[in-house]
Amino acid sequence: MAKKPRVKVPKKAKSGEIVQIKTLMSHKMETGNRKNKKTGELIPRKIINKFVCTFNGKEVLSADIHPSVAANPYMAFYAKATESGTFNFEWTEDGGKKVTAKSDITVS
Amino acid sequence: MKYTKYITSAAGLLGLGAILTACSPAPTMKTGYDYAIPETQAMQDDDFSNPGFIWVQIGEDQWSTVDGEAGKSCASCHGDDATAFLKGKSTSYPKFNAADGKLRALQHQINFERTERMKAKAWKWESDEMLGMAAFIKNQSKGMPLNVSIKGEAAPFFDKGKEFYMQRRGGLDMSCKNCHIDYPGVKIRANVLTSGLPNGFPTYRLKWQKVGSLHRRFRGCNKNVRATPYKQGSDEYTNLELYLTHRANGVAVETPAVRN
Repeated sequence: MAKKPRVKVPKKAKSGEIVQIKTLMSHKMETGNRKNKKTGELIPRKIINKFVCTFNGKEVLSADIHPSVAANPYMAFYAKATESGTFNFEWTEDGGKKVTAKSDITVS
Repeated sequence: MKYTKYITSAAGLLGLGAILTACSPAPTMKTGYDYAIPETQAMQDDDFSNPGFIWVQIGEDQWSTVDGEAGKSCASCHGDDATAFLKGKSTSYPKFNAADGKLRALQHQINFERTERMKAKAWKWESDEMLGMAAFIKNQSKGMPLNVSIKGEAAPFFDKGKEFYMQRRGGLDMSCKNCHIDYPGVKIRANVLTSGLPNGFPTYRLKWQKVGSLHRRFRGCNKNVRATPYKQGSDEYTNLELYLTHRANGVAVETPAVRN
């Protein structure tokens, strides 16, 4: 069952207004320190190591994520609304797999 | 001397009163939410930051997903407006079912609908789909009081559940009552004991880093007192669920709750 990332951006904003953006990504965030209880082998690390948010192609926020971030990472941040457009969100997993989401905003 | 006598008897009466109120279901009962730290409460209060809603979303998606040989989805029979149909439905579970003479938890009912009506494969108790669907259904009754019936044919199941609750078990020789009726609000090592109410399940537990069922919590509790746990969905746990839910009758549903 594929779980979808959740993103919350206000649909409308006034020009110059500071808006809050919330994201919640569903991920196991395997640390790489746990062992398989039966075989004793290390379970390989699999975490989201990068998160990037862009607005109309311009970077708004980029974060490198390391181990010890809990499962299902939640991120909230602020941006200044100057023009209408689309927020694109991208999470990169160990191994290079990417998950994306987008959300539109109308600025008046 | 006289005064001391009065004080002791008064204290005795108070103590008895406290035990009596703890045993009878009271709508003012504190839930796990009240015992949680403010950070955890804040996580639960905001529907967006509450990670339990990832699973609620899965349930919502499953509602209209066609599965099985009958070519049906939940929405085929119950309609597309899940909220209108489900509002208040889950508060009466576990429920006695006359057809097979058994007590059914919500998860049993979901699997019954899947295997009998949809001719689909039953979901595993702890699978994301099952947790999601159960969380989704219970979430539609959020804020409504739990209201299970223990009259008539459900009575023997309730009695068995109560017996389980009061029965000492495991290497530590402890019953559920020893903690959850006798010492709610008191610390057990680093954790605060709660009254053990089931109104927030399936709950997102920070320890599990995912949503889990009430029966998974039972297993954890049983393991902690060094007792052999039963299986999820077993008769023992379903009876216990009935007893617990009756204890919490009148308490508002919080699903999906966030707990430590």
